[in-house]
Amino acid sequence: MTFPKNLMYTKTHEWVLLNDDGTALVGITDYAQDQLGDLVFVNLPEPGDTVTAGESFADVESVKAVSDVLSPVTGEVAEINEVLADEPQRMNQEPYESWFIKVREITDRAELMDADAYQAFVATC
Amino acid sequence: MATYVPAAREEEQAMLEACGLHQLDDLYGDVPASVRLTTPLNLPEGMAEMSVRREMERLAGQNTVFPHVFRGAGAYRHMIPAIVETAAGHEAFRTAYTPYQAEISQGVLQSIFEFQTDICELTGMEAANASVYDGACAAAEACEMCRERKRSRILVSESVDPKVLSVIRTYAFGRDVQVDLVPLSGGVTDPEALSALVTEDVSCLVVQQPNFFGCLEDLDKLTAQAHAGGAKMIVHFNPIALALLKTPGECGADIAVGEGQPLGIPLSWGGPYLGFMATTAKLMRRLPGRIVGETADEQGRRAFVLTLQAREQHIRREKASSNICSNEALCALRAAAYLAAMGPKGLREVAVQCASKAHYLQKALEEAGLPPVFPEREFFHEFVTHCPDAGRLLSALRREGILGGLPLSGNRMLWCATEMNTREEMDRAAAIVREVTKQ
Amino acid sequence: MKLIFEQGHPGRGTDYLGPCDVPMVSIHGALREKPLRLPEVSEIEVDRHYSQLARRTHGVNDGFYPLGSCTMKYNPAINEYAASLPGFTQVHPLQEADTAQGCREVCERLKAMLCEITGMDAMTLQPAAGAHGEFTGLLLIKAYHRAMGHTGRTKILVPDSAHGTNPASASMAGFEVVSIASDENGFVDLGALKAAAKEDVAGLMLTNPNTVGLFDPQILEITRIVHEAGGLNYYDGANLNAVMGVARPGDMGFDVVHLNLHKTFSTPHGGGGPGSGPNGCKQFLAPFLPGQDTPESIGNVRSFGGNFLVAVRALTYLMTIGREGVPQAAKHAVLNANYMRVKLSDLFPMAYDRICMHEFVMSLEKLKEETGVSALDVAKAMLDHGIHPPTMYFPLIVHEALMVEPTETETRETLDEAVRVLREIWEKAQQDPSSMHHLPETTPVCRPDEVAAARNPRIRYDFEAMGR
Repeated sequence: MTFPKNLMYTKTHEWVLLNDDGTALVGITDYAQDQLGDLVFVNLPEPGDTVTAGESFADVESVKAVSDVLSPVTGEVAEINEVLADEPQRMNQEPYESWFIKVREITDRAELMDADAYQAFVATC
Repeated sequence: MATYVPAAREEEQAMLEACGLHQLDDLYGDVPASVRLTTPLNLPEGMAEMSVRREMERLAGQNTVFPHVFRGAGAYRHMIPAIVETAAGHEAFRTAYTPYQAEISQGVLQSIFEFQTDICELTGMEAANASVYDGACAAAEACEMCRERKRSRILVSESVDPKVLSVIRTYAFGRDVQVDLVPLSGGVTDPEALSALVTEDVSCLVVQQPNFFGCLEDLDKLTAQAHAGGAKMIVHFNPIALALLKTPGECGADIAVGEGQPLGIPLSWGGPYLGFMATTAKLMRRLPGRIVGETADEQGRRAFVLTLQAREQHIRREKASSNICSNEALCALRAAAYLAAMGPKGLREVAVQCASKAHYLQKALEEAGLPPVFPEREFFHEFVTHCPDAGRLLSALRREGILGGLPLSGNRMLWCATEMNTREEMDRAAAIVREVTKQ
Repeated sequence: MKLIFEQGHPGRGTDYLGPCDVPMVSIHGALREKPLRLPEVSEIEVDRHYSQLARRTHGVNDGFYPLGSCTMKYNPAINEYAASLPGFTQVHPLQEADTAQGCREVCERLKAMLCEITGMDAMTLQPAAGAHGEFTGLLLIKAYHRAMGHTGRTKILVPDSAHGTNPASASMAGFEVVSIASDENGFVDLGALKAAAKEDVAGLMLTNPNTVGLFDPQILEITRIVHEAGGLNYYDGANLNAVMGVARPGDMGFDVVHLNLHKTFSTPHGGGGPGSGPNGCKQFLAPFLPGQDTPESIGNVRSFGGNFLVAVRALTYLMTIGREGVPQAAKHAVLNANYMRVKLSDLFPMAYDRICMHEFVMSLEKLKEETGVSALDVAKAMLDHGIHPPTMYFPLIVHEALMVEPTETETRETLDEAVRVLREIWEKAQQDPSSMHHLPETTPVCRPDEVAAARNPRIRYDFEAMGR
């Protein structure tokens, strides 16, 4: 299981990459995909939608379950990752490449951990 | 009385003892005494099969089975080849549960997969579900598929079957969604009125083809108008007519729904019937209900499973777009068997004969004194005539074993002919009409 | 096995109509351009195709079907005979009332019997399935509160053990769902219920016996709490088979119920339908029922009066078993469940170990921990013995759940055999657990790849790819 150092993490197992230009990429962690099993689909918001830190903005489906994905930040959806619609297996295969949304105009953040803190947190899960 | 409980008295005792109990009532210790029934239910005593059979035959005998039917309005009498009953009558199809255990349900699953393919072929759409309760429910569920945060208002053409409209309204009451009607012009949806109504809060437009009055709508034009206003297009289609007419897919519709009863399902006083739903690849995941998909088993053999289940109530619970679980699977299997028996040529022949006979009947009735209400409109197998004294006419027809058209408001009558109606019986019906209108 | 589209030959088919006896007309409007690719097969191919599909289907006629919460009892043959009478099948739903008196009488008699069994005052047969009945019942509750001017009653309370249809139906009816926790016995947590029963509550949905197969002994307290908060009580009749003729929802404080004719009243499930989900209600809700011309009616939830032929079957069943047969069926359903429970509980820990109603829930959590063999593996192993598995992974509040509902129509020998099979599977799980992850092996296919099916949905035959 990997924990890239350049990312920040939530207790609900999302990662966020905070870019210098004020935007952020959001996805689910390696731990999350491992727990959820084979993912088959993701329901994403639309560009222009607002996401709120700590609230659900998407859900991921496995064959027999659906799980909410919570946003680490508050802002506006600038872009969604269309690739995931056709290749949902990428969420399992390369969770840190498989960003869900790009957020801009960020006004707030949920409580975030760095990679070491998150790795320690996962060990307690 | 007959019983389906096999346990004899001494077996019952032995089984109770195995449970450490003395009598059957000991099983109900959790039921508070105050809600336990102390007297038997007020029901008739049970009967042996011979008596039950006699009684059910008596009840069936109290209905009139009309040998000649000129009434449709949402339920149509068609020829059902005997093979349909044979194919659909297998005991396992009837008594199986929903095919959750794929390994021992390949038969039902494949029948649904074939049905989904048939519906896609008929409608020209890309994805179909395993069925819903009936055509009206299919239309109501389709409206829900189109609802978005900023667009929820539903437009329904006034030429849609009032029963379908009523169900759309009831479902809309649940979701607190507004339903507005699009007025008609000469028996079809008025395109000018429509363009003013498709505002930016409208989620969808529902039209029927052929419409309730039998007239053919200009689907290309209506679809373009709905889309121009950002709304989705739902077409409620007669499946027999789909063998001939431009399909919803070809017209660019977003969702095609309809009542599958004409596809080999008997009239049965209104049910069970069969709602079918088909849509574009883009909207596939918004379809309610069960969907069967093809995959492979561990040994690479073709296998079918219920798929995309994360849309459904047993997983998504309150966030599911529909609560449907039981559908009309056995009716869908019948419809697929009917379509297999008929084939493309046969279904086209049914459609052509329906249209031909309806046109013959319309002319005969016109000559007999019932002029058409929408003479300028093209129709398929139903049409509306003026009819000043419906009650008297229907009584006269009934004496000859004929079920006449359906009386509508404004001294009008909705007639239907199918391949089942012979020239002779249409001539006879026209003669009776002539007699009555002459008086 | 081949699809029907992969059989036959272009141009093949049977002429069922013969020549048209009137001049052919052609339609001049917009016509379909794409060819209609339906099967082109001979009648014998249709016949054999469906026979083969039937062999690849497991019905109640094929073997034991202890599928929890589904009540897979025997579907009597006489029901089918009655439902096939032309005097029922060939009646147009819009015939004048005086020409369909027999159909009306079937419905009226059935409604009266169902009212008596449930303790309700009025009944509609319009809903086509259980979930449809739930939706209808919730609309009655909504319409009632509207009519009474009770604004702000926007919430429906649903126990966390409920079927998924309950919360989904509440959403469809425009309500917000509040989940109520279950206590350690699987019953409604009264504290949680009291805390949630406030002035914004429209009603409670409850299955009783509940989804773990237990009758909630606090039932009168539960319905009283909801009534005192101004809400109505909705009875999900999925499990009525355990108590019909013994106790009535109407006497437990429920205001509206739905029934599943395809569970409790012996009509067949049809591989997923048609079913029938009548709603019953107390008199004060009767004006709101669908399918009638009262100003208060919620309208129609489908075309026409309901799945009439299903009603014919249910009436035939009730006429057959009658007054004595109704409670007898319930009691033997409960007896059969307890008999199996007692004979299994040493190896398969019961989620709630007490006298159950018509079904019981086993938790295979321990087996999975010790051997890696899951509830799914055990269920799949049963397939090789010709037994339909119990309901798996439901209710959600029990881990590794298997829910067994034998029904009253099974013989003791069948129950004994199922017990023997389950014990044998348990033994095998101890000795050779790794072999169990790939069962079944005697069925037409083994475990299908559901992940591939969902990731890349193929939901219709691809004519182009197959070169057709």
